[in-house]
Amino acid sequence: MAEVKDIIKEGNLVYKKSKVLTDKIMHYCPGCSHGVVHKILAEVIEELNIQEDTIGVSPVGCSVLAYNYLHIDWQQAAHGRAPAVATAVARLLPNKRVFAYQGDGDLASIGTAEIIHACNRGENIVVIFINNGIYGMTGGQMAPTTLEGMPTSTSPYGRDIAMTGHPLKITELIAQLPAVNFVTRQAVHTPAAVRKCKKALQKAFENIGEKKGTQFIEVVSTCNSGWKLSPVKSNEWMVENMFPVYPMGDIKG
Amino acid sequence: MAEYKLMKGNEVIAEAAIRCGCDGYFGYPITPQSEIMETLMLRKPWEETGMVVLQAESEVAAINMVYGGAACGKKVMTSSSSPGISLKQEGITYIAGAELPCLIVNVVRGGPGLGTIQPAQSDYFQSVKGGGHGDYHLIVLAPASVQEMNDFVELGFNLAFKYRNPVLILSDGVIGQMMEKVQLSEIKPRWTDAEIEKISGTWATTGKKSNRDYHVITSLELDSLRQEKFNHKLIEKYKVIKENEVRFETFQCDDADYVLVAYGSSSRICQKAVEIARAKGVKVGLLRPITLYPFPTKKINEMCSKAKGFLSVEMSAGQMVEDVRLAVNGKVPVEHFGRLGGVVTTPNEVVKALDELIKKGK
Ligand SMILES: Cc1ncc(C[n+]2csc(CCOP(=O)(O)OP(=O)(O)O)c2C)c(N)n1
Repeated sequence: MAEVKDIIKEGNLVYKKSKVLTDKIMHYCPGCSHGVVHKILAEVIEELNIQEDTIGVSPVGCSVLAYNYLHIDWQQAAHGRAPAVATAVARLLPNKRVFAYQGDGDLASIGTAEIIHACNRGENIVVIFINNGIYGMTGGQMAPTTLEGMPTSTSPYGRDIAMTGHPLKITELIAQLPAVNFVTRQAVHTPAAVRKCKKALQKAFENIGEKKGTQFIEVVSTCNSGWKLSPVKSNEWMVENMFPVYPMGDIKG
Repeated sequence: MAEYKLMKGNEVIAEAAIRCGCDGYFGYPITPQSEIMETLMLRKPWEETGMVVLQAESEVAAINMVYGGAACGKKVMTSSSSPGISLKQEGITYIAGAELPCLIVNVVRGGPGLGTIQPAQSDYFQSVKGGGHGDYHLIVLAPASVQEMNDFVELGFNLAFKYRNPVLILSDGVIGQMMEKVQLSEIKPRWTDAEIEKISGTWATTGKKSNRDYHVITSLELDSLRQEKFNHKLIEKYKVIKENEVRFETFQCDDADYVLVAYGSSSRICQKAVEIARAKGVKVGLLRPITLYPFPTKKINEMCSKAKGFLSVEMSAGQMVEDVRLAVNGKVPVEHFGRLGGVVTTPNEVVKALDELIKKGK
């Protein structure tokens, strides 16, 4: 039998950690989509060779600490305000590649005004929108994107749309805005989905390099802790329940 | 050669911003300060200096744009009036917590609520005690003339960068709207990337260079002991600010039995009140705090050895008077006088209030 040390050789490498990722251990729950999105984001930044030119804006939510994981300059924004923060960075440093990374509570509830107006101005930024249908950080409360009938800690009997409105398809709303250049909805639950999502990210970062205006990437995501399901079950639940409401694919551009 | 102009206080804020090399202004319209953004839009500084001017969707967005710009080491500012400044408080506390330099202008109007569009000084507490959540302070400058509206823009940016702390110009509807002769500042170019690197290169997010670790601008600290340490760091910073940056002006205080304490437009009214009272034989002077934070506490305390009483004159229900009382520390009587709700105090009303203070002391 071959020794492990004989197997670990350059020629046998099938995976390499991006050098844009730091060595810090991620605080995300096992199975959470945030970690996978961070990974492909780091890979895209490395492959496009834009590490020195990228400035990230992290939100309030589970990914508030995103700045611990990617070797780039970061700003941490107040809850929902990342698009406003990113607006100023992109305008004052027009040759940098600026992105806002936001959850659904951050982007589609408290920060609705900021995202709509940043997109309507066509700010030259990438928006990465992690839609897990729940407030992960604060312990699983209802989000604007929570599905009808879906139980959360503040809708324990399931979301009642007569009381709290419908799941907000903000990505479709944003696609209506003329200054938005690229809108797509992705997921990261299978290797194929991860590859597609990475391609979308790459296109978005290339587009802002060419100053094409706002790039909006929704990633329909799992929150197995909040959903109270195993990681595997969460993926299945997402495909069955989230995808019909939030269908995959490019919406614009 | 010095350049003089007759200008409104609000217009001069815009002019001074362009001239001092401001990189960005982000605002939202509100009376009585809309002329600031209007002047900028008319002047189109982006063609002249490259300064970014943007009308944001709200005051909330505007102050967060300031956060983003300041975090890049840029000279950025916003302006508003009372209701808008209330909305900005979230962003201001994040800016203070992330130790970012910026300039905020409040052209105060009467409140609470939507209140009135007329001048008031009722945002004193909000300005000097913090305003948003958490333990922090702004450096607060109180202009009393259109000239000071001009001068405090550059001073404000200088202090903001010196201490990595937000600076507030606390003005009011009188100073913002009135026209006076003003000597304009010299035109200075905006900082180059190399200058920004020199001034803020240890912390600003300008893109990670290969020769340094990446920079993070944040106000988050989940470890209580580390947060406490940061709170102490802020306290130390404010201590240095208190030692070095107190600014005030005295007017006929040398022989004064009584001292009026007033800032901004009220101090102008009080100058006239001093004249009227002195003509009647009352030995009264005026102390005008120029910085409201740090407050001229020491000076007021020293004045207690001669003064028999203080009258805090402010267009509020009595806010600065609390700081005067703390400075006086019970040694002599301290009273407050001021009209409210957008009504501007008259010099004769001040003299009458002073008479009452004197009578009470007898
Ligand atoms: C002004 C303000 N309101 C509320 C909170 C509490 N809070 C922190 S994270 C969060 C929700 C985050 O949910 P989401 O944006 O969906 O991101 P996730 O954690 O699911 O990734 C809330 C309400 C806060 N930090 N600030």
